[in-house]
Amino acid sequence: MTSVTVDKAGPTRARPKYGSMKRDRAWALRWSYFFLAIFAFFFLIPPIYMFITSLKTSAEISAAKNPWWVFNPTLSNYVELLTSPAYIGFFKNSAIVSVSVVIITMLIAIPAAFALSRMRFWGSATLATGVFLTYLIPETLLFLPLFKMFAVFHEYTGIQLLNRWWVLLVVYPTLTVPFCTWIMIGYFASIPKELDEAAIIDGASWLQTLTRVFVPVALPGIIAATIFAFTVSWAQFLYPIAFTTSIDQLVLPVGIITTLIKGDVFNWGQIMTGALLGAAPPLIIYAFLMDYYIAGLTAGATKG
Amino acid sequence: MADATATVVTPAKRAKPAPRSRLRKFFEKKSTIAFFMALPLILLIFTLVIYPAFYAIYLTTLNKRMTATAWMKNCTYLPDWICTNIPFGNLQFLLTRETFWMVFWQSCLFAISAVIFKALIGFVVSHFVHNVPTKGQRKWRGMLLVPWVIPAAMSTLAWQWLFDPSYSAFNWILAQFDVERVSWTGVAHWARFSVILVNVWIGAPFFMIMYLAALKSVPDQLYEAAEIDGANWWQRIWYVTLPMMRNIIAITALFSTIVTFANFDIVRILTAGGPLDKTHLFATWSFRLGIEGGDIPLGATVSLFMVPILAVAAAFILRDVTRRGNEA
Amino acid sequence: MADVSIRKVVKRYDEVEAVRGIDLEIKDHEFVVLVGPSGCGKSTTLRMIAGLEEITDGEIAIDDIVVNDVPPKDRDIAMVFQNYALYPHMTVAENMSFGLRLKRYPKAEIKARVDEAARILDISELLDRKPKALSGGQRQRVAMGRAIVRNPKVFLFDEPLSNLDAKLRVQMRIEIKRVHQKVRTTTVYVTHDQVEAMTLADRVVVMNHGRIEQVGPPNELYHSPATRFVAGFIGSPAMNFIPVRLEGDGDGLAARLPNGVSLQLPADRAQRYKALRGTDKLLLGLRPEHITEMHRDLAPGVVPITVPVDVTEPMGMETLVYFKIDGAELCGRVDPKAPVQVGAQTQLAADLNNMHIIDEASGRVI
Repeated sequence: MTSVTVDKAGPTRARPKYGSMKRDRAWALRWSYFFLAIFAFFFLIPPIYMFITSLKTSAEISAAKNPWWVFNPTLSNYVELLTSPAYIGFFKNSAIVSVSVVIITMLIAIPAAFALSRMRFWGSATLATGVFLTYLIPETLLFLPLFKMFAVFHEYTGIQLLNRWWVLLVVYPTLTVPFCTWIMIGYFASIPKELDEAAIIDGASWLQTLTRVFVPVALPGIIAATIFAFTVSWAQFLYPIAFTTSIDQLVLPVGIITTLIKGDVFNWGQIMTGALLGAAPPLIIYAFLMDYYIAGLTAGATKG
Repeated sequence: MADATATVVTPAKRAKPAPRSRLRKFFEKKSTIAFFMALPLILLIFTLVIYPAFYAIYLTTLNKRMTATAWMKNCTYLPDWICTNIPFGNLQFLLTRETFWMVFWQSCLFAISAVIFKALIGFVVSHFVHNVPTKGQRKWRGMLLVPWVIPAAMSTLAWQWLFDPSYSAFNWILAQFDVERVSWTGVAHWARFSVILVNVWIGAPFFMIMYLAALKSVPDQLYEAAEIDGANWWQRIWYVTLPMMRNIIAITALFSTIVTFANFDIVRILTAGGPLDKTHLFATWSFRLGIEGGDIPLGATVSLFMVPILAVAAAFILRDVTRRGNEA
Repeated sequence: MADVSIRKVVKRYDEVEAVRGIDLEIKDHEFVVLVGPSGCGKSTTLRMIAGLEEITDGEIAIDDIVVNDVPPKDRDIAMVFQNYALYPHMTVAENMSFGLRLKRYPKAEIKARVDEAARILDISELLDRKPKALSGGQRQRVAMGRAIVRNPKVFLFDEPLSNLDAKLRVQMRIEIKRVHQKVRTTTVYVTHDQVEAMTLADRVVVMNHGRIEQVGPPNELYHSPATRFVAGFIGSPAMNFIPVRLEGDGDGLAARLPNGVSLQLPADRAQRYKALRGTDKLLLGLRPEHITEMHRDLAPGVVPITVPVDVTEPMGMETLVYFKIDGAELCGRVDPKAPVQVGAQTQLAADLNNMHIIDEASGRVI
């Protein structure tokens, strides 16, 4: 008897509510779009403004006209930079450094991650934790002792590292290897144990198990790690500004700041063009490999 | 019968001594291979991270030209044996400097306020993205992550130009509404606001993406169950979303605290510490003292002040990450 | 083709002894199934044969060669894993030929062997697919194909069917038997499913707590279990156990149940058990199919028993009836047309010609 009355009461009370729920949802969606648009606008102002400025002449920039509009678009800034040997030199240095660091990082990180996640040896668990902690040590803590170490190294061996672009090949891996090892440990750990047992029974050595089974299977992780290593190397600012000074040894971020800003004279058209071109490689990689990029980004918070 | 036992026993006898040593060799081989595969990593960590870290501690004990130990001066307020045995000269110099305490305070203000705003914006935006239909999410997520993708040095240059004293694009907009122009990087409190704003702009997308991943990992059934239990929108966030995301929220915030506290690029490019050192952080100040001022020991001493805070954050992260790993 | 000898093999992990000294001779061409509850040491034994686990003590020989320190790849064995362990980035053909390619077999021979294995398993048209594009049953076939192309001395199967649904499991069971009849390779097969063990094996090895309880052909295990564990583990629904006391005088012997009812034992059984007269701590074991509906004229050795039925499960071809006698839960299988009423006292017939008497202390069947 009671259940019948409840059944009757239920729908009559709930019916108008369903209608409003649907309307609520539609409004929630509209508000979401509205706020997303506002945030997207806020997040995109600087790159958009970079682009606007890069199309302006110096004359238009210093005129007191609306800075948010291009009245006389020109590509002269692009032409000038792309024909300037100094800027091309920065770009080349950055490219060589970043690609080499990616290769060095992978050669160190992949075997290490395999050894730490699969083979185990004395102290391997401690080392895995240590790798994670190393990744948390910021470069701002190490640049001064490293600077002094390289100076002392020069005194003893005669090999000059400071003010040479390849000093970056030595120090950048400290930023990339720990994180890449960490996320590769995570990816390798997600591969079922039976897969390497199957490989061992099939007669593969440890090295063959790594190169012919683990590397292909963990390829998404390797791509994510590669993207991470590349973008970190490309964007790194403190080490090159601390360790390199000669124009021909500079990488892009430092090059733009030290050469395009001459004293108090800011050639903003060229600076923005240079910065935009400098931001292009990571942006292009991101545009094409967004999912891997994000996978690498979020992988750091999960234990391997 | 005797024959049978003999055939069984003989191979066993032959086999026993040999396997032990060969067995050990085999397993030694496996761990040896593993060790050599990890050796480059170990060498890298020891020579370029751990050694410099300890070297930094040694550096703090030296004087500016690194020719002698930096003893404390006028240290009559401490017992004699401390003054004559412990080379805290650089430390003493810093602690008695007003600029140091200003940098200390600025670093904390910068890190704490930036992390809070990044977390708030990231949390809100991640919910908006999560709200829109799945096929549109990719597009929004793609746009919103752009600040994180652009190298910080490049985007800070754009901000510097937006804040430019004479041609500021922001001031132009304010002028359209007859609002007085703002000296974005020229006045202490506006300069501090500016560096925090840029840091929030760069870092909020990272929070957004982490929180979005966490939101997606909450099973829909939990929300449905909460809805059936009569929870309203706010209660669903409080009793379902937040507890489920707690670990990610903590890890992301702690991680960001480390990175923000140790930040260098933004302040260095936007204000170079100015006006009058009012925006210096530990990192930029130690660069100014160590590289530009040529006093490496003093710079190293400044940067070492980051260690305690970083160590606490790192300890919490490690705890949470391990716990997360155990849950998974 | 080879035989496998396991002699006094022990496996110890730190504190835990997973395998406590087992002896087993597996003959050439034989299909042996290791069966037991999880944690009984069956998988560990298999993995020691494969070389994936170190042998703590004792020795394992394949073809009379002690392989304790031989690495897996040189033992000439092939293994099929529970989750198939197919290489996800390789096609079916590449998966199957991986081992041969590592050993640098000539291309033509690899192709011939893969084609032959694919023909046996009926997966020829799948050779170019990736594992992702295969169904569970097809993946299982590929995993077996990978084992077959190696043409090893011994096949090892580690619970290969437990990831499949019930229907496919039956199909693949038959398939495995068919393949074995074709290739005749010595096979060691691990499962926790006693039906799989019964249907596949030439000989079943029942393991429990790291020891072998009994070895024998399936029917022997079913009809003459050596221990209470085997009696209870083999057969579904499981054998009924009920505490009894054997009483009687002269040649006659009766089993007195805890509720006071006495069941008269048939003459040959009375003869066999007469030494146990008056002994306590005995269990009467009787399979459910030997507790049936009442007939008008009972065969010799079949005795009527009145029980309170509390649950019935109609299965179609039979109905399972459940009842309790003094706390012991018992099950019978009756004709679906038999008049059984839940909650009522029902008369059933217990066929004591198939009874077992177990010593409760030692767990051995007497």
